[in-house]
Amino acid sequence: MSGVPLVLHQFRFEQKVFWRSPAAVFFTVMFPVIFLLIFSSLFGDDTIEELGIKTTVYYVPGIITLAVVSASLVSTAIRLTEMRESGRLKRVRGTPLPPWAFVAARFGNSFVVSVLMVLLVTAIGHFIYDVPIPTETIPSLLVTLLVGTFAFCTLGFALTALIPNEDAAPPVTNFVVLPLYFLSGVFIPQSEIPQGVLDFSNIFPIRHFFECFLAGYDPTTTGAGFEWGNLAILALWGVAGLLLALRFFRWTPKNG
Amino acid sequence: MSEQVISVRGLHKSYGEVEAVRGVDLEVERGEIFAFLGPNGAGKTTTVSVLEGYLERNAGEVEVLGVDPGHADRPWRSRIGFVLQECRMDPLLTVRETLRQYAGYYRSPRDVAETIELVGLAGKADARAGKLSGGQQRRLDVAVALIGDPELLFLDEPTTGFDPSARRQAWEVIGGLRDLGKTVFLTTHYMDEAQALADRVAVIASGRIVATGTPDDLGGRGEAPTQISFDAPATEPAGDLKAAVGGEWAGENGRIVVRTTEPTRALHELTGRALGGGLDLSRLEVRRPSLEDVYLELTDGGGDED
Repeated sequence: MSGVPLVLHQFRFEQKVFWRSPAAVFFTVMFPVIFLLIFSSLFGDDTIEELGIKTTVYYVPGIITLAVVSASLVSTAIRLTEMRESGRLKRVRGTPLPPWAFVAARFGNSFVVSVLMVLLVTAIGHFIYDVPIPTETIPSLLVTLLVGTFAFCTLGFALTALIPNEDAAPPVTNFVVLPLYFLSGVFIPQSEIPQGVLDFSNIFPIRHFFECFLAGYDPTTTGAGFEWGNLAILALWGVAGLLLALRFFRWTPKNG
Repeated sequence: MSEQVISVRGLHKSYGEVEAVRGVDLEVERGEIFAFLGPNGAGKTTTVSVLEGYLERNAGEVEVLGVDPGHADRPWRSRIGFVLQECRMDPLLTVRETLRQYAGYYRSPRDVAETIELVGLAGKADARAGKLSGGQQRRLDVAVALIGDPELLFLDEPTTGFDPSARRQAWEVIGGLRDLGKTVFLTTHYMDEAQALADRVAVIASGRIVATGTPDDLGGRGEAPTQISFDAPATEPAGDLKAAVGGEWAGENGRIVVRTTEPTRALHELTGRALGGGLDLSRLEVRRPSLEDVYLELTDGGGDED
């Protein structure tokens, strides 16, 4: 096999492993759903005055951000570290599978899981909390999802360089993303966050991904909802991640 | 007609100031099982990593299957199989799924079911890799190495950590590779493994090849003296006995040890005197130097260098 069939072949096995892994399914699929239910039942009837939208409308794109980052950055970093330290990355590198096909399958896995999570969170938001389903902004949401999973995946590849072993993978990735969820307005409405903090979180990609999705789900948004500024910064992070990964990503185990 | 599958001339590799490999020459012929022996830190892993295309060298000519591994490409990789020292297959995929996955990377892979059969995992085809015993995981490893139907296999300490019966089973699989016409480059710490499997052996120490040969001839083993030993008798053996038996006599821990290049004649003299009643040959033992004896001598005790 070669080309696209080879990528699909590799993707199929990445999918199998993802859905069979209790940790991956819990943290990427169940965890965001549970968070959506908790936040919505706590603050569901409130309205965020500054934005003029209901809290539940705000939390749907917020929880989608959590799920997408988990499906791309977090799961990529954890899975690749496990593969590297078990010697499997080195072994795969020794087969005729081209590295780009391996990477493409990894991106594909993150993108497909992300799309499923967007659909799942949107459906729960709609059927339980009456959050409107965006229609006009679907193209902008798709573009954001593509750019976002690309950026978070390349950052996941790059992040593995900082992770010494398998056990360190979950704590290191969570140490990176958890504070950013809070500071970026994913868990706490941005109207409650001081401007200085938002300025800080504006450096990082999670905030920009969230702003794109918030615009897509905000009923007051007019037009196609493309947030070009945010998309550009997200794409820049993708390029930075790619360069860092090309420079620092290793196929061989760090231990041994 | 012999054909070189691996040809190495003057290989050098340094890590900063440390010269790990200092001028290694190697020839491996098609269809042989070649064992590469050496203590940790002798340059064994470095040499193998260069041959496998994982590591760049500082100097020397290297050809593996007619290609410089420094310029490894897809067609070359598809002709080579690996068993790495440390590799766990995906614990969440079954034996069959794992092999299907790897088979997809090659243009003309072996049949999956047949390969599972070959390594003796037919009963475990639908078990997840994570549920296999250590020995079974290693056999899955070998099956993955074989799935692309490679001409050349690198097996890096394939039985380390095995219990004796698992090792025997692994040896059968590796021995069977010869029957499939594969060339096998085997790295090992176990001398009995090299003795049982290898057609030829090379020993590396301090970054240089110190001996090559068949397991039976390595380091002059073929001509080395045979050692005959027995408990020292209560009375000192008569002087004419030593002269008649010949060889070098020595006393070690209450035993008499005779090293001789004419073991048949020496034994004939000794046992003749014993049957005649003049000599007590308690706990008689005859031993040729083992591959391990030769190896330890060649590698100066076989200890670590780092």
